[in-house]
Amino acid sequence: MTLIGAAHIPPHEGAPTLELLGFSKRFGTLAALDDVSVKVGAGAFHALLGENGAGKSTLVKCAMGYYAADQGQILLNGREVEITHPRQAHELGLGMVYQHFTLVPNMTVLENFVLSREKMPAVVDWASERQLLHDYFSTTPFAVPLDTPVADLAAGQKQKAEILRQLYLKRNLLILDEPTSVLTPDEADEVLSTLKKLTEAKQLTIVTITHKFREVNAFCDTVTVLRRGKLIGTRPTRELDNEIMAEMMIGRRENRVVVEREAHALGEPVLRIAGLSVADQVGQLAVEDLSLEIRAGEIVGVAGVSGNGQRELVETLAGQRHAEAGRILVHGEPYAATRAQMMRHKIACLPEEPLRNACVPEMSVAENMALRSFDQPPASPDGVRLERRPMREVARRLIETYRVKTPGPDAPIRALSGGNVQRAVLARELSSEGDLLIVANPCFGLDFAAVAEIRARIVQARNRGAAVLLVSEDLDEILQLSDRIVVMFDGKLALQTDAAHPDVGAIGRAMAGH
Amino acid sequence: MRQAFERIAVPALALLASALLFALLLAAYAQVDPFEAFELMYEGAFGSWFSWQNTLTRAAPLILASLCTALPARLGLVIIGNEGALVLGGLAAAAAGVAMGRAPPLLVQVAMCLSGMLLGGLWIALAGALRQWRGVNETISSLLLTYIAIALMNHFVEGPLRDPESLNKPSTAAIGDANTIGTIPGMDVHWGLAFGVVACLLVYLLQRFTTWGFAMQVIGGNPKTARMMGLDVGRYVILACAAGGAAAGLAGTVEVAAVLGRANASLAVGYGYAGILVAFLARHHPLAIVPVAILLGGISASGGLLQRRLDLPDAAVVVLQGIIFVAILASETLYGRLLPRKQES
Repeated sequence: MTLIGAAHIPPHEGAPTLELLGFSKRFGTLAALDDVSVKVGAGAFHALLGENGAGKSTLVKCAMGYYAADQGQILLNGREVEITHPRQAHELGLGMVYQHFTLVPNMTVLENFVLSREKMPAVVDWASERQLLHDYFSTTPFAVPLDTPVADLAAGQKQKAEILRQLYLKRNLLILDEPTSVLTPDEADEVLSTLKKLTEAKQLTIVTITHKFREVNAFCDTVTVLRRGKLIGTRPTRELDNEIMAEMMIGRRENRVVVEREAHALGEPVLRIAGLSVADQVGQLAVEDLSLEIRAGEIVGVAGVSGNGQRELVETLAGQRHAEAGRILVHGEPYAATRAQMMRHKIACLPEEPLRNACVPEMSVAENMALRSFDQPPASPDGVRLERRPMREVARRLIETYRVKTPGPDAPIRALSGGNVQRAVLARELSSEGDLLIVANPCFGLDFAAVAEIRARIVQARNRGAAVLLVSEDLDEILQLSDRIVVMFDGKLALQTDAAHPDVGAIGRAMAGH
Repeated sequence: MRQAFERIAVPALALLASALLFALLLAAYAQVDPFEAFELMYEGAFGSWFSWQNTLTRAAPLILASLCTALPARLGLVIIGNEGALVLGGLAAAAAGVAMGRAPPLLVQVAMCLSGMLLGGLWIALAGALRQWRGVNETISSLLLTYIAIALMNHFVEGPLRDPESLNKPSTAAIGDANTIGTIPGMDVHWGLAFGVVACLLVYLLQRFTTWGFAMQVIGGNPKTARMMGLDVGRYVILACAAGGAAAGLAGTVEVAAVLGRANASLAVGYGYAGILVAFLARHHPLAIVPVAILLGGISASGGLLQRRLDLPDAAVVVLQGIIFVAILASETLYGRLLPRKQES
């Protein structure tokens, strides 16, 4: 293998051009990238648009050497380079800024910058390092306080520090992966506008992954849209409007496959959420003052780009997270996700990654199928004694009805394939004929047959009168299954629309914050 | 099948490795023939009815104390505050015994057991509550609570509860011969052994045949799933800690009521710490605790003989215990690797 690159091309001063030619990458049977080519001009501010799973991240990770592409050529300033490791990308002046911060929180900005240098001296001369960095900051468009621990910086300043570090390391092509998702709009504007100036001065080339049309319109000069691993097109921003971008992103979806859904009048409201606020891990509000009502016999689809509070919403309803404020009513009664309430209202949950979120991997299939009912007859005649024989018999019946492929009811559930784990969970959750079904990305990572079956089961539950909350990152799934669609953006409901005649453009714009 | 094999084979390997290490140490450092030493240890532990009884007497508090680690371990907690719960349980029992004085002995004995269990239970429940509501690591807090417990015990036996007659070794007043918990008929081993065996059996039945045991297994296996099922994780954490602490408190009670006759610093001689070792060696399985405790009781019972015959220091058997503990912890990484993994389709 010949290494062309670092050894032969001296680091380029000023903004480079980047061409990615014919990139393909498969994960198992999934084609994450299918012959995608993108050309980024010198000093461009180039947006990569697409839904979750469109292949944006895969593409830039291939370019940065995190993934090895199955096929594809990289031209930097018109010359072919080989990047098989992030270190090579760094040497060529390519840098990446992530959605989540990578600076060490309890170290100061100065310490972080020294730490990230390629060669760190054994003894650090802090005085001269400080001077160096101080001088450097006087040449940059923005600066951050040197001696503040990163943890004490505001989110906008942290992201600035991340970008400054890339510039300090002499990277002149930055790939930004949703750089503003943790910033307020004002902070985002400030960071992006300074970057814009650097690109206009031809000091920097930027490729940014984003979902936000607002930022694309305001800052990017070129847009490349990917959909399901395929290149849809690259066009100058001035030729585009939100309508066109949304259509390129999610396509025309006229052929809505309808899973035998019965037309029926809606019943009483089953779930009523009023003014719900939920905090995420770090204590920031992920769901803000959200209100929603779901009636019996209705599937409400919650669309949205991941990370807009859907996970927190689902976890709160499932009893895994506490709400900061607001009320949840089920059948008009306050609901606090206790076992007794779950039993009384017959609440069922189908979360994503069921093995991790809804199973005990080390326990058997039969035991996992009994998680909802182990303290009820027949498994327990009195709520205290536990009888394994009826438990196993119930499991045998469910395994047959739901066609779960397993060596037997006593096999540990972690030995099953993903689709069969989800079938087992489905069997457990749906066999009680629940009144309220909370579903989140139920088909994530499953094969085609399992997907069709699981969707059919969800519609069946709706047909017999259950209220279904369906949270999904897959817009097709939402369009296919829902009676009503809401879009979640930044912890709030951005749009509510009837699913019979969906305005896909409006949904796409709402997902992008418009 | 494979798992069952490993559950036996891995601890056995760890024990074998520790025996080898100990033998090396004996030969190289103490310049003692290791075979002779092991033979003597066997003799001192299981060689005669007399040594068996000595072993069983030492195993009794180990069985009870180890439940303090094994029971919460079912929920994924690592509690190592056994010594603290044991010491406070002993103190509470002595206080109750002294206070009840001349009441009918059976009543006094029951009161001693209950108060010992209550205080021990509260003590470990505190570690559980700190973890559940304040996010404090239960391993650290239960260990630190042990130091507080020992200091409290010292304070009470040297201060408010001190028997003025106890000059050299500050102690509480004696609970009196009438209130002493006696021996199991037919052997010179006190009832604490029976308490321990019954407790292990109860814990086994609880874990295997009740919905509570099932819920505990769910919580220990995946707390997130447990919450989705509406299980009250906090309540189980605190109750399991309390039950474990109560077992250790009962161990302290038995030491006071059957062996020492009063509470003093002899309560804190390490039965609690050795109980941690027993629980880990038994992989927290309640039925495995009994034989493991007898094994370790035997090792400690043989210390005297090693000292007399081979002139080894008293601490020799403690060194062996330490080696076993390290070997057991190191052997944790062997699970799933002992046999070549079959190809899973």
